[in-house]
Amino acid sequence: MRLRHHLAGAGLWLASTLALAAGADLGQADKQATNWTAIVMFAIFVAFTLWITKWAAAKTRSAADFYTAGGGITGFQNGLAIAGDYMSAASFLGISAAVMASGFDGLIFSIGFLVGWPVVTFLLAERLRNLGKFTFADVAAFRFEQTPVRMFAASGTLVVVAFYLIAQMVGAGQLIKLLFGLEYWMAVVIVGALMMIYVLFGGMTATTWVQIIKAILLLAGASFMAFMVLLQFGFSPEAMFAKAVEIKTGIAAKAGKTPEEAAAAGFSIMGPGGFVKDPISAISFGMALMFGTAGLPHILMRFFTVPNAKEARKSVLWATTWIGYFYILTFIIGFGAIVFVLTNPGFLDAKGALLGGNNMAAVHLANAVGGNVFLGFISAVAFATILAVVAGLTLSGASAVSHDLYATVIKKGKADSAAELRVSKITTVALGIIAVVLGIAFEKQNIAFMVSLAFAIAASANFPVLLMSVLWKGCTTRGAVIGGFLGLISSVVLTVVSPTVWEATLGNPKGSALFPYTSPALFSMTIGFFGIWLFSILDNSRRAAQDKAGFLAQQVRSETGIGAAGASGH
Amino acid sequence: MDTTLAERIAGQPKYQELKARRTSLGWRLTIAMLVVYYGFILLVAFNKSFLATRLGDGVTTIGMPIGLGVIVFTIVITAIYVQRANRDFDALADEVTKAVLK
Repeated sequence: MRLRHHLAGAGLWLASTLALAAGADLGQADKQATNWTAIVMFAIFVAFTLWITKWAAAKTRSAADFYTAGGGITGFQNGLAIAGDYMSAASFLGISAAVMASGFDGLIFSIGFLVGWPVVTFLLAERLRNLGKFTFADVAAFRFEQTPVRMFAASGTLVVVAFYLIAQMVGAGQLIKLLFGLEYWMAVVIVGALMMIYVLFGGMTATTWVQIIKAILLLAGASFMAFMVLLQFGFSPEAMFAKAVEIKTGIAAKAGKTPEEAAAAGFSIMGPGGFVKDPISAISFGMALMFGTAGLPHILMRFFTVPNAKEARKSVLWATTWIGYFYILTFIIGFGAIVFVLTNPGFLDAKGALLGGNNMAAVHLANAVGGNVFLGFISAVAFATILAVVAGLTLSGASAVSHDLYATVIKKGKADSAAELRVSKITTVALGIIAVVLGIAFEKQNIAFMVSLAFAIAASANFPVLLMSVLWKGCTTRGAVIGGFLGLISSVVLTVVSPTVWEATLGNPKGSALFPYTSPALFSMTIGFFGIWLFSILDNSRRAAQDKAGFLAQQVRSETGIGAAGASGH
Repeated sequence: MDTTLAERIAGQPKYQELKARRTSLGWRLTIAMLVVYYGFILLVAFNKSFLATRLGDGVTTIGMPIGLGVIVFTIVITAIYVQRANRDFDALADEVTKAVLK
């Protein structure tokens, strides 16, 4: 099978699985028989969310409603929506598959995706809320010359959104082919059309509620599966681990290993294996995940939907709790798949591989613990999950164009709300069409690197500019723009010349990649921060003096919230 | 906000206290999170066999509680910040606002 083949190369395994975990590449999937239970459940979800969109559309009149749902979302609701924005379909299917394949290593991925949240809470969430209005560029450009900083922030947003969106669209096509038995292009068009409708008519209000509903469904479905797995073992993790080790040992023995080798192979799921090849890659990848989370434009945008700093910090606590809980569930689900899926010939092909590929681990487990109806439910939830993520991305890309480029750069802040809203709607349609076209164009491509790249760019360009502009008085317009672009360019270039893209995607010979590590973040983040610092201290222009003079007022507002854009008073 | 108002606020002792406490708490907890996460990653990179050490007679290894511990730590440390911030920072910010805007 192509998925197996695609995961087979030892060097590729890491990159592919990382991307799986991040929500990108579900590999090439074989088309399955049409699953009507899943389609009916998904149709119910779509009907319900369209009804919510209709309700939201009636409330979406101004640009503020469109970007921030009027600022009236509570911390608890926003926390669920952030979790819904962040937990992608492939982090559900990909992490549980990684745990099924290699046990403990799957846990290492999920931890990487969680640890950025405290950093967001401690350093950014409240200050973002106090300084910003619609986009993170409002914060990054607060005391700087608007045009260059907005141009940088819009580039950072659009590049991150583009890579993340392509990865989601291709993942959606593969997943839906797998789960629903629909054609690839049909799946991509359905996802593109629905996300356009949600964002176009319902703006942030509809997007938020789609994300909340999806988060609840996903958490409920995963909780049920983990509960059913643990129930079989009398809620003893030791019993579950022991059974999984026994099964893995049996599989290894059947593959012709000696009893000692088989026992070692079976026990290997209980400790770290091939995840960390070299410490530099491990640290670099860890930095991309941790600080990338703090630079994802669609996540940062969610902080402007709450009324004040208190709700902003509460929302990250809720998000962290739900996401952490979800990763514990996927870990249990992965072990459950070893016990109930790998031992059931009904889920395996003649060679003992999983029907539909390894990413079907959680889906087959849903069938094993809950029968066909629950299988349909989990498939529908996986589809809903993709919709929630792409809607958030599209909204964030549309805001960068309409608020940062159109209203601030082109109209110099004098655009009226109606014109700005019109531009965001046109951009939404354009983004939807581009996403569908690229989703179809990239069907056969190896896009495993795209989500890791999106995180690396967010960590190397958006995050340094945001952090330095908020916390460092000496930061100037020139420093932020040059340093930010250096971080953006270096993260993209280093990814292109890394083995994942240079050898695996572009087909150059093995060993010819110029950059040996899996993730560029350690280097490109350093370049970004160093560039901001260097070009700021070298900047003696009149603008630089003005930038520094503006720091006090910015700091006072970021600390106290005095003068902050209120719940409705945008 | 004009510069004179900003300067008046910045001169308030309560504002100084708020700024100092938020900055110090934020950075201390950030460093704690960095130490725990990169400590875990370095353990994975350099001492795999330690994480694969069995606890007692079963198959459960020390890596399991450590890995799950990092997840729980991440949630708990966020909760600690939010609880402290809810208790102290909002009240301080209110006092600052009242003092300068009266």
